[in-house]
Amino acid sequence: MAKVELKINGVQHSYDVEDRTLLVNLIRDHAQLTGTHVGCDTSQCGACTVHMNGVAVKSCTVLAGQADGAEITTIEGMAKNGKLHPVQQAFTECHALQCGFCTPGMIMAVSGFLKDNPKPTDEEIYHGLEGNICRCTGYINIVKAVKQAAKTMSK
Amino acid sequence: MHTFSYVKAKSLKEAGDMLAAHADAKLLAGGMTLIPTMKARLAQPSHLIDIAGIAELSGIDVKNGRLTIGAATRHVEVAKSAVVKKAIPTLAYLASQIGDPQVRNRGTIGGSLANNDPAADYPSAALSLNATIVTNKREIAADDFFQGIFTTALGAGEMIVKIVFPIPAKAAYEKFPHPASGFAMAGSFVSQDGKAVRVAITGAGPGVFRWKDAEAALGKKLAAASVENLNVDATDLNEDMHGTKEYRANLAKVMTKRAVAKLAGTAATSKSSGK
Repeated sequence: MAKVELKINGVQHSYDVEDRTLLVNLIRDHAQLTGTHVGCDTSQCGACTVHMNGVAVKSCTVLAGQADGAEITTIEGMAKNGKLHPVQQAFTECHALQCGFCTPGMIMAVSGFLKDNPKPTDEEIYHGLEGNICRCTGYINIVKAVKQAAKTMSK
Repeated sequence: MHTFSYVKAKSLKEAGDMLAAHADAKLLAGGMTLIPTMKARLAQPSHLIDIAGIAELSGIDVKNGRLTIGAATRHVEVAKSAVVKKAIPTLAYLASQIGDPQVRNRGTIGGSLANNDPAADYPSAALSLNATIVTNKREIAADDFFQGIFTTALGAGEMIVKIVFPIPAKAAYEKFPHPASGFAMAGSFVSQDGKAVRVAITGAGPGVFRWKDAEAALGKKLAAASVENLNVDATDLNEDMHGTKEYRANLAKVMTKRAVAKLAGTAATSKSSGK
């Protein structure tokens, strides 16, 4: 068993978990934050993307033990004081989702990517979203939402 | 996943001792290959020794015409590093093209080299640039390090500490990524320093290899036309549902020509993003 102490969305947690526990299982099963999804479980689809110490990672491919001492942000930590994060707002307004399964991961990936590249070109957006798969939208409106979020956030 | 014990090593020595003490232990840095492999039950280590936090394994530094990168340096750090962009811009570009952003935020150069996936990007850079792989026990030349599919010269209890790249006059990398997986169907890393040209092909064969006919021709004249009448020997190349041996041999040649064309127009090699 491993003792894992970490901050999730600003709240300190401490869990005793099996050494083989994945970060996504700690988030969903132990911290009961089910906004982070498990899609492929083989690190391809990006639905499980969260921020670990400020950068986007696939939480199905990180051991809980590796996240000991880390600060994690999940989709539940994005809205502040009842106000959606600009990326969430843009996804809503641009209709950047249909079934919504990939959306939490998409939003975490996009918000991570915009930190590095606040004014991306279309090509850079495609490259930045390579780790996330959406099977509904064809990505058109997701790219629109990224551009709108970039605009809002640079104001 | 099968059960295992997860331990964090605080120093190189501690990691080496743990590795020596447990025959079925594996080192864990980024885990971008190892964890999926374990989830698929294709590997069953008794212990995972986490080396990501060891200070001696990190850092990027240029000295005496050589670029040194610590084994636990993540792809994103190489891609963004001002030092790498100045010394070997193509290496930063290569790092920016590995996997996807989430993978680049975790995966490490030492992990990529030690795993030696036949379609990985970094082995082609190490081989073309004539890098030295420094381990906790010795120094290994890239020419001796890569030994075919998922096989390297690393012995039991041996771990990569850093990689030393001689800085070339020019270098360029071009790959044809599989449209779904993003892995190289074929990739070619071409570097030139004085008369010496080295061409390393990844993705096409069971492991990274040098295309020596092309090296000789490009050493005489560094132009895409120099390899026009040459062919990569297809005999030992990979063949699967995605392409025949001959298809991969041709792709390797096309990628080499593109890399040479890029290299001839130096400016293009310093681009760090985009495709």
